[in-house]
Amino acid sequence: MSDSAPLLTLSGVNTHIGPYHILQGVDLAVPRGALTMLLGRNGAGKTTTLRTIMGLWHASAGAVRFDGDDITAWATPDIAQAGIAYVPENMGIFADLTVRENLLLAARSGPIDEARLRWIFGLFPALEKFWSLAAGVLSGGQKQMLSIARAIIEPRKLFLIDEPTKGLAPAIIGNMIVAFQELKKSSGATILVVEQNFLFAKSLGDAVAVMDNGRVVHAGVMAELAEDRDLQHRLLGLHLDQHQ
Amino acid sequence: MTARGELSLPVQRRDFVPVLLVPLVALIALPLIGSPSTWVTLTVAGLAMGMIIFIVASGLTLVFGLMDVLNFGHGAFITVGAYAAGALAPLLASSLRADSMLLNLLAMLALIGLAMAVTAVLGYAFERVIIMPVYGQHLKQILVTVGGLIVAEQLIIAVYGPVQIALPVPTAFRGSVIIGDVAIERYRLIAVVIGLVIFAAMLLILNRTRIGLLIRAGVENGEMVEALGYHIRRLFVGVFMAGSALAGLGGVMWGFYREALTPGMGMDVMVLVFIVVVIGGLGSVGGCFIGALLVAVTANYTGFLAPKLALGSNILLMALILLWRSRGLYPVAKR
Repeated sequence: MSDSAPLLTLSGVNTHIGPYHILQGVDLAVPRGALTMLLGRNGAGKTTTLRTIMGLWHASAGAVRFDGDDITAWATPDIAQAGIAYVPENMGIFADLTVRENLLLAARSGPIDEARLRWIFGLFPALEKFWSLAAGVLSGGQKQMLSIARAIIEPRKLFLIDEPTKGLAPAIIGNMIVAFQELKKSSGATILVVEQNFLFAKSLGDAVAVMDNGRVVHAGVMAELAEDRDLQHRLLGLHLDQHQ
Repeated sequence: MTARGELSLPVQRRDFVPVLLVPLVALIALPLIGSPSTWVTLTVAGLAMGMIIFIVASGLTLVFGLMDVLNFGHGAFITVGAYAAGALAPLLASSLRADSMLLNLLAMLALIGLAMAVTAVLGYAFERVIIMPVYGQHLKQILVTVGGLIVAEQLIIAVYGPVQIALPVPTAFRGSVIIGDVAIERYRLIAVVIGLVIFAAMLLILNRTRIGLLIRAGVENGEMVEALGYHIRRLFVGVFMAGSALAGLGGVMWGFYREALTPGMGMDVMVLVFIVVVIGGLGSVGGCFIGALLVAVTANYTGFLAPKLALGSNILLMALILLWRSRGLYPVAKR
């Protein structure tokens, strides 16, 4: 694959969940090495898009291509093994396992790399302190840190992160911004983040896609959307003074 | 965070209360029974029976927890395991009846090995043919697994007939150990030792190996285990086979305990097994261990003190435990 080709593309993806037609022809391209923000109102289909990419729900029509492979019908473990890490909206941490065990499980290829672990401890110091504690006793912010640490414990080609700031205090959101900037800078990772917090999104995003009613209705450069208040209002329903 | 901005350590409470239940029940029973020697005999018998129930129930609780499968057919593996050992026993009769403890032990291990191998293979076939088409459909799981249990029982009746078959305890493990005025049956001590070894091995595997880590994580959130890149369906098959093999082992132990095999022995013990799994907390091996001991010693004490209440004592115990902890003694996080 050429470096200019998107790492991930969705073409006309439709997803049904039971009787509901959630994704209705999603077209999305995620450029390599960039942080793409997937925005949209509640129920627009953002989480379903990530779950469809991961194979947790299968597309009923359309194609998902990742790094040259058509992964539309692949099983979830095969998609993960192809190099996609996923942080779900509910964080998906294993509450009865310790912080150490959660990370150990995520390090699929063998023992945890010490240098990478040090780097993660630098991003999220709480994890070092609570290393031997059951993850279930951590606070919401610490669980989110663990969830993201688990995704980045080994190098991956693409990170799918669903609403990392949901329910977090502003101070912890600040830590998250630093962590994502560091992840992008140090590893050149490709990241697709679903987000509702526009301040967080515009401070981090290189590219942006906006969803509505199961389709991508806008795709472009984040800086342009950040400048265009009318577009923000039209696409996201943002009121000018609330979110600038 | 503290006022200084330092990270404060979250409180992780170790829950030891359920561990104290068995000693507590035993202590309450002591003055009611009166005779210390009778109390010791009843307690050891209860622990032995509890260990056998644990061996059978531990596989079922993992299958419940990891695969979300209501396997009422688990009893079939108990019966098949016992009958597999019963089929081999006549061929090893000279070793089982020899005066040498080593020969007895080797013959007994051969019976156990055969029972576990047969039930593991049967478990593989059962999972592929009967369970796989009904993943996620609880009502159908109950129907097909109960059907599987009935078919297994009827096949055994067709081959061996409805009458009971003797399975005598090996010579070295017959009789009792006398300590003061307390007589403890040797086989019950063996059952306690085997139960403890199985429990220790399970804890070791679950807590110290990657497979164990995957099982524990899978019990909590199978979808996330898959999203991390692990094929959980393969793990399902392995756990189902292991659970079936443990039921087979339990069947042999139960057969020796009663010194007889009957086609309905698996179905008979399943009520106790389900009570233990529910009391322990679905998917919890530790809870299953305590639940099994609690159920067995309570049944023994009640059987001695008020025989008419013995049958209902386990149901009452389950109701009390669930009133206290509605998800069992050690609920697994997701359940």
